[in-house]
Amino acid sequence: MAQVSSVSNEQSPTAKSITLKISRYNPEHDESSGFMEFNVKYEKWTTVLEAILDVKKHFDHSVAVRYSCRQATCGSCGMIINGKPRLACFTKISELDSNTVTVEPMNNFPVIRDLAVKFEKLFDTHQKIKPYLIRDDTELVSDEKEFLQTPEEVEQYIQFANCIKCGLCNSACPTMATDSSFVGPQALAQAYRYVADSRDKGKDSRLKIIDDSHGIWRCHFAGSCSQVCPKGVDPAMGIQLLRGYMLGFSS
Amino acid sequence: MPQDEHKEGIGGMINPRRYGIERVAYLLMRLSGLGLLAYFIGHIYETSNILRGQVGWNDFMEMISTPEGHIIMSIVIAMCVFHTVNGVRVMLGHGGVGVGKPARPDYPYDPASQNYRHKIGIYSAILLAAVAMMYGLAVMFGE
Repeated sequence: MAQVSSVSNEQSPTAKSITLKISRYNPEHDESSGFMEFNVKYEKWTTVLEAILDVKKHFDHSVAVRYSCRQATCGSCGMIINGKPRLACFTKISELDSNTVTVEPMNNFPVIRDLAVKFEKLFDTHQKIKPYLIRDDTELVSDEKEFLQTPEEVEQYIQFANCIKCGLCNSACPTMATDSSFVGPQALAQAYRYVADSRDKGKDSRLKIIDDSHGIWRCHFAGSCSQVCPKGVDPAMGIQLLRGYMLGFSS
Repeated sequence: MPQDEHKEGIGGMINPRRYGIERVAYLLMRLSGLGLLAYFIGHIYETSNILRGQVGWNDFMEMISTPEGHIIMSIVIAMCVFHTVNGVRVMLGHGGVGVGKPARPDYPYDPASQNYRHKIGIYSAILLAAVAMMYGLAVMFGE
């Protein structure tokens, strides 16, 4: 499956061109995936997502891609770009420093079609670690009408609250590559986010969930999850701090 | 492993080229662990030759005291040193030691857990393994 196309629409004189290789696969009637190649013009600010949308507009509207906000906030457009998991809307073609840009669906996620993958398992594991504050009382009946925190207490977890659930960390994780039951770095980092929150009282129930042979002990601190995170969440740090707490290294 | 999960598999797990020196250390840790396990099994067989008496033991020692045997032993030394030094680094990391402190991230979001302390630990493990291997080779081939 290969096709080389180009379009002579009007572009600025600074525009360059690259070969965009898009993985095509429809599980309903394809036995294996293949690549289609397109010649795409780009400026230095053009993102990979814009190039894919350009292909959809001018060459092949059937290319399946999920996207929404185009500003690295919704976490929809994660894909493998030149071999590494990245957000297509947050990756400029000019930064890749390559004449060929290859886009594939994220690893370790079932493929719906082409570049779109299923997120059900990611959301299931995220939900499994109880991603909400657990306590008996509520701020609605407290005198201050809110649970007050010091700036230092906020610093303990705010980094991990930046997670946009894009799945890049799970795609880069070497344990996720072979273990279908592993909770994954996204959920483990979110477990730390709530355990570290001074307002939360659900530490014990949350730790019971991740204290499993396919839970936190399966992380081997390869750190790839942190290297690909587009929001600076650093899941590897959260997981090690959480494990340090469980091992009694820290309070 | 079901095909529709689109898992990278062992090939993706052991690919050391995409995520820096940390992923190289991850691969070397697994290879050295498997290598040491194989050596441990071989070592049990080797030492069991003592049951054949002095002559049997000497015969076996003569069989493994070859250049190939020395090279294998030097690789075992390197694996042992790397696995030990990197293992200490990983165990400290698993305890949350040296992985940095949570803070509001700033672009370009360099992960604090992948800091210079751990990189120094990895390069030290590789360097010490190489030095120990060379020392072993010098002792075994130096006569």
